[in-house]
Amino acid sequence: MSTLFVDNTTALLGRSLRHVTRSVDTVITTTIMPIAMLLLFVYVFGGAIDLGSGAGVGSYVDYLLPGILLITIGSGVAYTAFRLFLDVKGGIVERFRSMPVARTAVLWAHVLTSLVANAISLAMVVAVALLMGFRSSAGPLAWLGVVGILAMFTLALTWVAVIAGLLASTPDGASAFSYPIIFLPFVSSAFVPTDSMPGPVASFAEHQPVTAIVDAIRALLEGGTVGGDLGVALAWCVGILVVAYAVATRLFRRTAA
Amino acid sequence: MTAMISVEGLERSFGDHDVLRGVDLRVDRGSIHALLGSNGAGKTTLVRILATLLPADGGSATVAGHDVAAAADDVRRSISLTGQYAAVDEVLTGRENLVLVARLRRLPDPRGLAAALLARFSLTDAGDRAVSTYSGGMRRRLDIAMSLVGDPPVIFLDEPTTGLDPQARIEVWDAVRELAARGTTVLLTTQYLEEAEQLADRIAVLHRGRIIAEGTLGELKALMPPTEVRMVEHQPSLEEVFLALVGTPTPDTEEKDS
Ligand SMILES: Nc1ncnc2c1ncn2[C@@H]1O[C@H](COP(=O)(O)OP(=O)(O)OP(=O)(O)O)[C@@H](O)[C@H]1O
Ligand SMILES: [Mg+2]
Repeated sequence: MSTLFVDNTTALLGRSLRHVTRSVDTVITTTIMPIAMLLLFVYVFGGAIDLGSGAGVGSYVDYLLPGILLITIGSGVAYTAFRLFLDVKGGIVERFRSMPVARTAVLWAHVLTSLVANAISLAMVVAVALLMGFRSSAGPLAWLGVVGILAMFTLALTWVAVIAGLLASTPDGASAFSYPIIFLPFVSSAFVPTDSMPGPVASFAEHQPVTAIVDAIRALLEGGTVGGDLGVALAWCVGILVVAYAVATRLFRRTAA
Repeated sequence: MTAMISVEGLERSFGDHDVLRGVDLRVDRGSIHALLGSNGAGKTTLVRILATLLPADGGSATVAGHDVAAAADDVRRSISLTGQYAAVDEVLTGRENLVLVARLRRLPDPRGLAAALLARFSLTDAGDRAVSTYSGGMRRRLDIAMSLVGDPPVIFLDEPTTGLDPQARIEVWDAVRELAARGTTVLLTTQYLEEAEQLADRIAVLHRGRIIAEGTLGELKALMPPTEVRMVEHQPSLEEVFLALVGTPTPDTEEKDS
C-alpha cells in the first residue's frame, strides 16, 4: 500500500466523516426502520410466532436481533450509495480524478465511513434491544466474532452500494438497490425458522446468505457451538466482497463520470 | 516561447456523433488562451481530454510536456481543472474545502495555504461557513481558489463566468489576469465573446469539431474585411467576426445540460 494511497484516503475519510457528523439525523433515520421492525415483531407479531420445538428458551427479541442487525446494515449502506451518487453528479469526483490522487481513494473513504456510520447505527439498535430484554451469554471472543461478521457483511454490502452509487442516474435509483437486501431477511431464518416455510421457499431460504449469517450470529450470541454456519457465513461475505470490489473499482476506472 | 499545451489532430466521438474531428492547438507558457465555441461545440470534451478525464479516439496531446494518455499522472501533477459546474463540497466550509485539496496534494501547511487563498478571493469572512450558504459567485471563486492550491503551472477553466452577475464576472476576470501575471498558463473556454476579448492573449474558435480560426484579437479582426457601407471608424467586434466565421445562426447548435 503506497503512502500516497494512505494519505489520500485519510484526507478523504476526514471529509466523509464530517458529512456524517454534520448530518447525524441521517444515521438516526437509518435506524428508525429496523427499530420499528424490532418493536413490531416482538410486541405485535411475536406472540403468534412459533419458533418450533426447542425454542422457548430466551425471548423472541434474542431470536430476532441478528436479522434486524442485517436489515440495519442494508438500510445503512443505502446512504453510502446516495452520498457517492451526489459526489459523482456534483463533479467533485471529477475534480479528484483530475488531481494526482490515488485512483480508488475516494471509494475507500466512502467505504470506511460506511463502516463507522453502520457501527453507530448497530450500537443504537443493540441498545434498544437491550432495553427490550435482549440478553446474551456470549463471551468476549464470541462478541468479537459477531462484530467481525457484521463488519465483513457491512464491507461487502458497502461495495455493492458503491456499484449502485456509480451506476445510478437518480438519487432514488442509488438507494433502491438496498430494497432487496432489506427484503432478503424475510425469506430467511431471521424472523421464523425456515422449516416452517413451504418447500421451495424453505430451500431458497436455507441457501441464501442471510440465513447462514443470521444462524452464525445467533449461535455466537447464544453462547453455543457455531459449527459450519460460521464458515458459510464468512464465505458468503468474502465472496460478495471480492466480486463487488472488482466490479466497483473496474466501473470507477472506466466511467469518465 | 515553449508550448505548455500542444494538441495535434485530436479526435473524439460519442457513438456516431463526431465531436472533435482533428483539433490542433498550441498554448504558450504564461499566456491566456480562450477557446470560443457555441453550445455543444466540444469545448468541455477537449478540456476533459487535456485534463486526463476522457481518452481521445485519435491524435495526440501533451500538457507541460507530458502525453495526456501515456503519462496521465505527470499531467495531473501539472494541471488544475475548474470544471463547467462548480465542484465544491457543499457540506464543508470554504476553508475545509481548501485544506482538503492541499492535503490531497500533500502540501506543507494546508491551513496557511487555505487562509491565504481565502484572503486572495475575498472569502475570509465566509471561510468558516458551509458552502451550501454561498452565493453562485462565492462558490465559483472558491472553486477557482481550490484549483490554485499548490500553484499548478497549467490551469483549465471551463466557462468560469457562466451564470455569474457582472460584478462577480469582473472578480473572476481579475483573478485570471493575476494568474497569468504570475506565469501560469490558462486555457479557458467561454461562450462570451467579450470575455475572450477582455482576457485572452490568443483566441481559438472551435466549430464543427475543428479550430477554424486562431490568433490574437487583432489577427481575428483582420480576417474580416472592413465593410465600406459602415462608418469609417467602425471596427468589427469579435462578435461580428465570430458570427461571420461560424455562420448565423448555427443550425446544429446543440443543447445539453449534464
Ligand atoms: N459523455 C457523453 N456522452 C455522449 N455525448 C456526449 C458526452 N459528452 C458530450 N457529449 C456530446 O458532445 C457534444 C459536445 O459536448 P461538450 O460538452 O464538449 O460541448 P461544449 O462546447 O462544452 O458545450 P457547452 O457550451 O454547452 O458547455 C455535445 O453534443 C454533447 O451532447
Ligand atoms: Mg461545456
